[in-house]
Amino acid sequence: MLKKWQAKPKKKSSAPWWGYLLFYALLIGLWQLLYMLGVSLEWWKPYAFPNPAGVWQSLLSLSRDWNLLRAILYSLSRAALGFLLACLIGFVLGLLLLKLPLFSRYLKPLIMGVQTLPSICWVPFAILWFGLNQQAILFVVVMGSAFGIALAVESGMRNIDPIYVKAARTMGATGAKLIFRVIFPAALPNLLSGLRQGWSFGWRALMSGEVMSSAIGLGHSLMMGRDLADINQVMLVMIVIILVGVAIDKGVFSSIEERVLRQRGLA
Amino acid sequence: MLELRNLCMHFENAKHATLKNINLQIQEGSFTCIVGASGCGKSTLLNLIAGLTLPSSGSILLDGQPISGPGRDRVMMFQESALFPWLTVLENVCFGMDINGMPKAKQLEIAEHYLSMVHLSRFKDYRVHELSGGMKQRAALARALCMDSKILLMDEPFSALDKQTTNLLREELAQIWQQTKKTIILITHSVEEAVFFADRVLFLSEETANIAGEYVIDLPRPRHIESPEFIRYRQDILHQVRNEVEKIEHAEEMAG
Repeated sequence: MLKKWQAKPKKKSSAPWWGYLLFYALLIGLWQLLYMLGVSLEWWKPYAFPNPAGVWQSLLSLSRDWNLLRAILYSLSRAALGFLLACLIGFVLGLLLLKLPLFSRYLKPLIMGVQTLPSICWVPFAILWFGLNQQAILFVVVMGSAFGIALAVESGMRNIDPIYVKAARTMGATGAKLIFRVIFPAALPNLLSGLRQGWSFGWRALMSGEVMSSAIGLGHSLMMGRDLADINQVMLVMIVIILVGVAIDKGVFSSIEERVLRQRGLA
Repeated sequence: MLELRNLCMHFENAKHATLKNINLQIQEGSFTCIVGASGCGKSTLLNLIAGLTLPSSGSILLDGQPISGPGRDRVMMFQESALFPWLTVLENVCFGMDINGMPKAKQLEIAEHYLSMVHLSRFKDYRVHELSGGMKQRAALARALCMDSKILLMDEPFSALDKQTTNLLREELAQIWQQTKKTIILITHSVEEAVFFADRVLFLSEETANIAGEYVIDLPRPRHIESPEFIRYRQDILHQVRNEVEKIEHAEEMAG
């Protein structure tokens, strides 16, 4: 068996797993105590302030008939579809910005400007155009993330070490081969971090779209909590939204990024 | 085989032309070294031959045909190995053959031949970041040789390595050249290196932006850097290099 020429240190998290458990247990405990204190001192009414026990109750009632799970799946599927569309559009737009200097000179500042618009501002536009339905939500997700992805693609591919392109050209690489077999892999670490950011923008844009619609999803569940004046449900859905977002970020993007970086000796 | 006719290069924001009316002929199978002070335009000249830069005027002909851009007939090696970090050593070495459509089996055959020539066979599945500087340059050399190009261009390939590795690689390259008899143009700031390798050493002068010296090295190979004839060649060329460096320093003192 060939021994590796250079030993690679294994990256392992140094914090013990029970440390996090203890921390959150403490946090939740303190939260419950604070709630009970506030109620007994009449700082707030029992139904006006969220508490861990109440949030747990909400979890149980929403999980009936798989409601919560369905909301999560609907939201995730919209996010995934929107993100894929945004990636396609962003990639094409980014390539155009890279390869056509005229296009880039006039469109790039425009794109940079439009990208600063908070995604929730796209919701009224989407509703007027598509109505109160799935397409409107997807539109908001795409508009909220595609331009950021385009800019990340363009800058990622522009800022690679020029020597790779030089070396490849003297080996006869041109055109599409040069882009897909040299520039794209060289830019991949940068592209991935751009995509990861695009995902988080998309997830946020999705919530903006969902709170305004009546379609099944986490955003809708959030608004339902408000309509029922149930602050525990609101809190629960907020926590779920955070957890799902983090899970995808860590489980999908982080792990891909880590593998790519390790392969290149950058991690 | 390679001919440079009235080649001129004047960069946009530069006060003086980098290269003025260069006329040069390179024979097939020859080893040519270009030396000169830092910044004299050696890299520019090589980039022009490689086709990575277009000249201000003049032409470059390869086997009688003018060149219009980079191509696999003039493969180039750089100071940094420019190996692709997302590929293994073997994949890197096969890259040029792969994008030019050679069947995989043939690629492997040729790649393994050259990998063993540079003594890297054991490391073919390693990632680039797992190699030392010397190993990376060896891999880059194997990659270039696999292209079977008409000319091999080398831009100070050993400048970034330590002395020991450099000496080792120099001897390996000299041996490989004896075996393959490729046409090589190598630029270096080390006169010793130039005399060690070349049939002909050309001195590129910054002052005249042209080739101001041509030294035919009539020594048998393998060459010994301690031999009196070697030392004489080296001193002659160094003398010309030093003269120019002094002139430039003097001119800068006068101006500044």
